[in-house]
Amino acid sequence: MPTFDLSIQPLRELNQALRNLGAGANDDVFEVVNPRGSHAVAVGIDAPVTVEVKGSVGYYCAGMNDGGAVTVHGSAGPGVAENMMSGTVVIEGDASQYAGATGRGGLLIIKGNAASRCGISMKGIDIVVHGNIGHMSAFMAQSGHLVVCGDAGDALGDSLYEAKLFVRGNVKSLGADCIEKEMRSEHLEALAELLEKAGVTGVKPEEFKRYGSARKLYNFNIDNADAY
Amino acid sequence: MCGIVGLFLKDPGLEPQLGALLSDMLITMTDRGPDSAGIAIYGTVEPGRAKVTVQSADPAVDFAGLEKGLVTAGVSAKVQVKSTHAVIDIPAERLADIRGVLASVRPAVRVMGAGESVEIYKETGLPKDVVARFDVRSMGGTHGIGHTRMATESAVTTLGAHPFSTGADQCLVHNGSLSNHNNLRRELTRVGMTFETQNDSEVAAAYLTAEMAGGKDLGEALTSALDDLDGFFTFVVGTRSGFGVVRDPIACKPAVMAETDQYVAFGSEYRALVNLPGIENARVWEPEPATVYFWDHSQAA
Amino acid sequence: MSYHNPHTPPRKSATFDDYTLAEIRRAAATGIYDIRGGGTKRKVPHFDDLLFLGASISRYPLEGYRERCDTSVVLGTRFARKPIELKIPITIAGMSFGALSGNAKEALGRGATAAGTSTTTGDGGMTDEERGHSQTLVYQYLPSRYGMNPKDLRRADAIEVVVGQGAKPGGGGMLLGQKISDRVANMRNLPKGIDQRSACRHPDWTGPDDLEIKILELREITDWEKPIYVKVGGARPYYDTALAVKAGADVVVLDGMQGGTAATQDVFIEHVGMPTLACIRPAVQALQDLGMHRKVQLIVSGGIRSGADVAKALALGADAVAIGTAALVAIGDNDPKWEEEYQKLGTTAGAYDDWHEGKDPAGITTQDPDLMHRLDPVVAGRRLANYLKVMTLEAQTIARACGKNHVHNLEPEDLVALTMEAAAMAQVPLAGTNWYPGKGGF
Repeated sequence: MPTFDLSIQPLRELNQALRNLGAGANDDVFEVVNPRGSHAVAVGIDAPVTVEVKGSVGYYCAGMNDGGAVTVHGSAGPGVAENMMSGTVVIEGDASQYAGATGRGGLLIIKGNAASRCGISMKGIDIVVHGNIGHMSAFMAQSGHLVVCGDAGDALGDSLYEAKLFVRGNVKSLGADCIEKEMRSEHLEALAELLEKAGVTGVKPEEFKRYGSARKLYNFNIDNADAY
Repeated sequence: MCGIVGLFLKDPGLEPQLGALLSDMLITMTDRGPDSAGIAIYGTVEPGRAKVTVQSADPAVDFAGLEKGLVTAGVSAKVQVKSTHAVIDIPAERLADIRGVLASVRPAVRVMGAGESVEIYKETGLPKDVVARFDVRSMGGTHGIGHTRMATESAVTTLGAHPFSTGADQCLVHNGSLSNHNNLRRELTRVGMTFETQNDSEVAAAYLTAEMAGGKDLGEALTSALDDLDGFFTFVVGTRSGFGVVRDPIACKPAVMAETDQYVAFGSEYRALVNLPGIENARVWEPEPATVYFWDHSQAA
Repeated sequence: MSYHNPHTPPRKSATFDDYTLAEIRRAAATGIYDIRGGGTKRKVPHFDDLLFLGASISRYPLEGYRERCDTSVVLGTRFARKPIELKIPITIAGMSFGALSGNAKEALGRGATAAGTSTTTGDGGMTDEERGHSQTLVYQYLPSRYGMNPKDLRRADAIEVVVGQGAKPGGGGMLLGQKISDRVANMRNLPKGIDQRSACRHPDWTGPDDLEIKILELREITDWEKPIYVKVGGARPYYDTALAVKAGADVVVLDGMQGGTAATQDVFIEHVGMPTLACIRPAVQALQDLGMHRKVQLIVSGGIRSGADVAKALALGADAVAIGTAALVAIGDNDPKWEEEYQKLGTTAGAYDDWHEGKDPAGITTQDPDLMHRLDPVVAGRRLANYLKVMTLEAQTIARACGKNHVHNLEPEDLVALTMEAAAMAQVPLAGTNWYPGKGGF
């Protein structure tokens, strides 16, 4: 298993190695030690590689991941798994703001808490947060699922499009055009599947509430001007 | 636009290491601001004495005979020169008029800050060079804040570097960009505040000073800042015994805090905190928007 | 017997003129501010107010068509492993598929490629057609991140991080429902027929210190090959240019207020931002102060129409220009041959700016299949190539007349100003004097 020590090896070597994998390569499990909050760790992965990061990372870890399985055994800085296309990213600790921003696919699992703007502008990614999320999460979220086992901060789902939000705890406040919606059987099924994939135990889908778009901002109307 | 660090020690056993810990934290943030760097250290308070940190563009000339000059002017001062800065130890009761005395004895020197415990060092250049120039590593203290600057609109000069100090033992560092500082500067000028730069962050510092002069404590002043300052900001501020953090309601600029039994630490990024003792087991969190965080040695049990 | 008092003739207010009155009535009737495409329509000081000083006795001109006058430009020489080399210093500005039809995008790609220059994607991602027809394609990285994916990032030739644009510095966008066709909706992952709102800030960074880290990520994803441009609207060009450079940009794109947009509020287009002419000198000053002039390249856009405009922008210190509106006109936008149809839309050729409504008779700013097929991408591409070549020849003509063997050797000292305003903004002397107003810092 190739190991990269970021306290002595340049970031470039790591990211280059992750992208230089030929077809049928055997060494497809990488270990990264001493990340010490480094930025852009394991970005641009475009093959089914596995990366185990031992420690906390800075901005944009696993950015634009396309097919990789990245686990951070620590916490992640802003924009973890931003614009992920496919694959899985697991954060054992907490995630900073913008987790999963604009993600188009794949699964992001945050075992601790996520800060503000979790799932901002998400476009198909699934995000499961074991803990709480901060304010302005799922702002302008377009599609995909955001599952929060704890509480959500202010202005959840502001200017939401068609992303589906599930929160088990309290929501401090809902953003413009975001409303609570009926939890139907298909939602419970999807939620159960996501909880299982994300290794959430002892929590039932029925304990969650679903939030979605009221769709009142979909076409401009001056009587909704307060929401802009 | 910048990198900020701050460290408030709860464990007196760490106090001799304050300068070293803060220096490493600041150097780690170099990428966030290559233009200038500065640090404020709150050291031990000597009863009846106060300190003034001054800076000179021509230290060989300005600091030669400075001590003698001040004594001649009636201030029993002791001067310790550190590169372009000098720390002047004076009787506490002279704090009120020392700026005037200095202006006549050495008109060219600039006062970086003054108070019973604070010393402020700042210069253009990278954090590692600024820290080395003033031997910050060897300094002890109870709390301190540091800043590395990527200048947005105001000049890259020593005076434009952070921390900004506009009142005794008060200082502020800022990451972000204020959008109503020009109007606010005019208003504060009208009520008697003076400004050395066109920097938005200096306005924030002066605002807090004016609010505290009006009777508010740091926490209350920070709370009113949330109403009166517009734009993007993460502030870390120090007073003689206190340490505060506040982010604007949008809270886009990064901020990470860590707390253990030994300290409270602030960094613009987690990277800044990785060398702190016991960080693995610290409570690490991001300050909430529009929420004032405030610690005070004098209020500690 | 009575007599008439002299009659006071009707007098209309200069403040409340007919246009203003009509706008007040329109706002009162509809409750919606005016949204339109294009750039500012008001008259602002522009390149027309500058003139070149040709050579005579003190300077020696080059022989037209014989003595060489180069026009090539290399963009992205600072950090990128694969800088872009263009034959001409005129590029095509970012315009989205969605705002423009697929045929229009193809025409831009064909024309730019034939002329040896680049074209640029827009808000909405990259289409196979435009990649296929553009030899050099710049991929915009926008706040909305519609259609953003790493594969397109890697098949682009450069990446343009869009912070703002001249028509609306500080603003987001709005693509009204009429233009969200199935394909556009699919590319942007939106329900069909809804208004598409574009954010004004990027979702995962704010400010130059964060931008530096974002640029690092983009470079790592593209193996440090692609030049990274940073595009800003002309508002605080000195500071924005300096900060883009500090954040690690290879190229700064500066768009003045004449620069167009697909759709935004008219009040934004007309009242926010600075004329292109006023933006260039502060930006160049910032580059010079940082020792980065010509090392970080400057592309200027907003109201570039002719080879004279190109030459003037370069003389003021730009490395290249970008055209948007002019390119659309070249391929057929607002062509009088559609006058009858413009009339039906309540407008006239030359004034049509409701690009967001998707009814463009010229088939350019529309997703309507019948309308878009009016535009033949091969013919339109040829028209664009012709236009680009004419502009280049014009710029060369001027450069030779000033004795330059490369258009980049034009200098501010080759210019004079016709008006006080232009003299102040361009910092070149009023014609016949050695003086311009407003000497001093920024």
